[in-house]
Amino acid sequence: MTVDTPAAPTAPLLQLEDVRMHFPVREGLFLRSTRSCRAVDGVSLQLRAGETLGLVGESGCGKSTLGKCIVRLHQPTAGRILFEGTDLAALGQAALKPWRRHLQMVFQDPVESLNARHTVGEIVAEPFVIHGEGDARERRERVLGLLEKVGLPAAAADRYPFEFSGGQRQRIGIARALALRPRLLVCDEPVSALDVSIQSQVLNLLLELQRELGLSYLFIAHNLAVVKHVSDRIAIMYLGRIVELAPADELYASPRHPYTRALLSAIPRPDPRGTRERIVLQGDVPSPISPPAGCPFHPRCPHATDRCRVEAPALRAAPGRPGHTVSCHLDL
Amino acid sequence: MTPVDAPAANDVILSVRDLVTTFDTDVGRLTAVDGVSFDVRRGRTLGIVGESGCGKSVTALSIMRLLPQPMGRIQGGRILFEGRDLATLPPAELHRIRGGRIGMIFQEPMTALNPVQPIGRQLSEVFLLHRTRDTADAWRRGTEMLRKVGIPAPEIRMHEYPHQLSGGMRQRVVIAMALACEPAVVIADEPTTALDVTIQAQILELMQALQRDLGLAVVLITHDLGVIAETCDDVIVMYAGRVAESGPVEAIFDRPAHPYTRGLLDSIPRLEGTRKARLRVIEGMVPGLRDLPAGCRFQNRCPHRVDRCATAPALEAVGPGHEAACHRWRELPPR
Repeated sequence: MTVDTPAAPTAPLLQLEDVRMHFPVREGLFLRSTRSCRAVDGVSLQLRAGETLGLVGESGCGKSTLGKCIVRLHQPTAGRILFEGTDLAALGQAALKPWRRHLQMVFQDPVESLNARHTVGEIVAEPFVIHGEGDARERRERVLGLLEKVGLPAAAADRYPFEFSGGQRQRIGIARALALRPRLLVCDEPVSALDVSIQSQVLNLLLELQRELGLSYLFIAHNLAVVKHVSDRIAIMYLGRIVELAPADELYASPRHPYTRALLSAIPRPDPRGTRERIVLQGDVPSPISPPAGCPFHPRCPHATDRCRVEAPALRAAPGRPGHTVSCHLDL
Repeated sequence: MTPVDAPAANDVILSVRDLVTTFDTDVGRLTAVDGVSFDVRRGRTLGIVGESGCGKSVTALSIMRLLPQPMGRIQGGRILFEGRDLATLPPAELHRIRGGRIGMIFQEPMTALNPVQPIGRQLSEVFLLHRTRDTADAWRRGTEMLRKVGIPAPEIRMHEYPHQLSGGMRQRVVIAMALACEPAVVIADEPTTALDVTIQAQILELMQALQRDLGLAVVLITHDLGVIAETCDDVIVMYAGRVAESGPVEAIFDRPAHPYTRGLLDSIPRLEGTRKARLRVIEGMVPGLRDLPAGCRFQNRCPHRVDRCATAPALEAVGPGHEAACHRWRELPPR
């Protein structure tokens, strides 16, 4: 997908360089911080204008934390977050404000992310108020335009969130995120709280908006079928690190990392005649407070060798596969 | 209990007939389940699928007689199990069946377990209620059960509290409790929804292995069509409190007859589908229980609606063991 952007088409809109987010773990009698939880542990990736990058992983892998670092709801512990060449991680709150309009977030839970005491009109207009845009009448007009864009009637503006279903509330959240005409939307599990028949409505809306507005998405989710449907490229995350990144079709056709293979084989397919081998991983995801030495996946990996137990693999290009990177010592 | 192969009519061990369950609320009496019937066969898995509010969980709670009190009530119908009607059974007799002959697995293992008791005590309690008076014997049986569901070092785990276990381990404990007394039927309400996919695969595999070993009948309630396709023999599709379609799993996925079933199957993104293509949708949303349309409840979202749909369609046979409640199933275009 190509979009008209001021930057050259090859320059990334967003570039992460070795981003780390370590939370202190306070414990003991005096709640001293003795250890840290390495939620995001050295992530580097690029997102091009107009592109959707899917970010997949299981609970606790750090995918949501990474999303929050990008929109600077978290201040990352280390690393650079370059948005059109400017390092957002180095900016203070005041310097950051003009940038915030370009990066917005859509949250998973459309109940908790909307203020129940505000009308939908007030919720969607809040970004204008915060950024001092327009007068009351102009804001109202733009709110109605946004509601129409996400498929809600104008009358919705004067009603409260509880009057809407889950799918409609997610549309309200999307309208708010679009208010300041952002370049990048970080969508954190935007459809996982919705019923199947409503999910497809919201996914269609996100795809339409992308085509119409040239938006870039970081699409965070655990449902691989959903992620594949919307993404151009997909990154697989495990214990705070990217273990594999590839164009969407390529990743599904020839996954290289044993974790990606297990994930793909674990998805229940809606086909009762399916006869595929399921790779059932043993054990649980280790804690990011005390991640295993060497490759973070080695305790669950069916192919682990001695080298995997001591040496952490770096993300490297998969031989002969353009745009496909994987962090595994083994050439599977 | 012995494993069984081919199902026969006499293999029906739980039969639900015309179940009607209502809730008394501030806005009056709402009918959450409206005339639902199905049979559960020994050694087979029956899946009940549907979206929020379709009545699938209320059906499960009705079978167990665990409806929230005093609002929830079974207004009609029979729940026949081992020669008795659970819908009218006195509470004292119910206690013997619940957790004994019928096991339960709920969605969120953390809420199904007592957070302030070690899991060993909770697991032994099941045996003390149904099998033995000897606490040491109950503890030993509990340890054995944990081993059977694949928990490493069960002797140590018995002394731990639920919060010390991971989500997948907790669900294994809940499964161990449900299977402790070798029930004839297990009712599992979204047993893997709160779990990650790799852990879900472990739990589904475990349930299937235990089912093979014990000849269990399973009622699996889920919204996930993938889980249904991979684990169930028979399927019931529910919509707004009624059965829209039921039949063998292959028939439901290969030859869905009801427009709602077709819509559901068409709207899920598939791994083999074209990326970024427009997904088919079911327009609109599920009607609330307060404003259900007269006649077919799917009519306001149905692309095939005609005047006839203002009268409620009955379930009719559309194939071997396959029924659908649609006036127009014969006229629908092939998929």
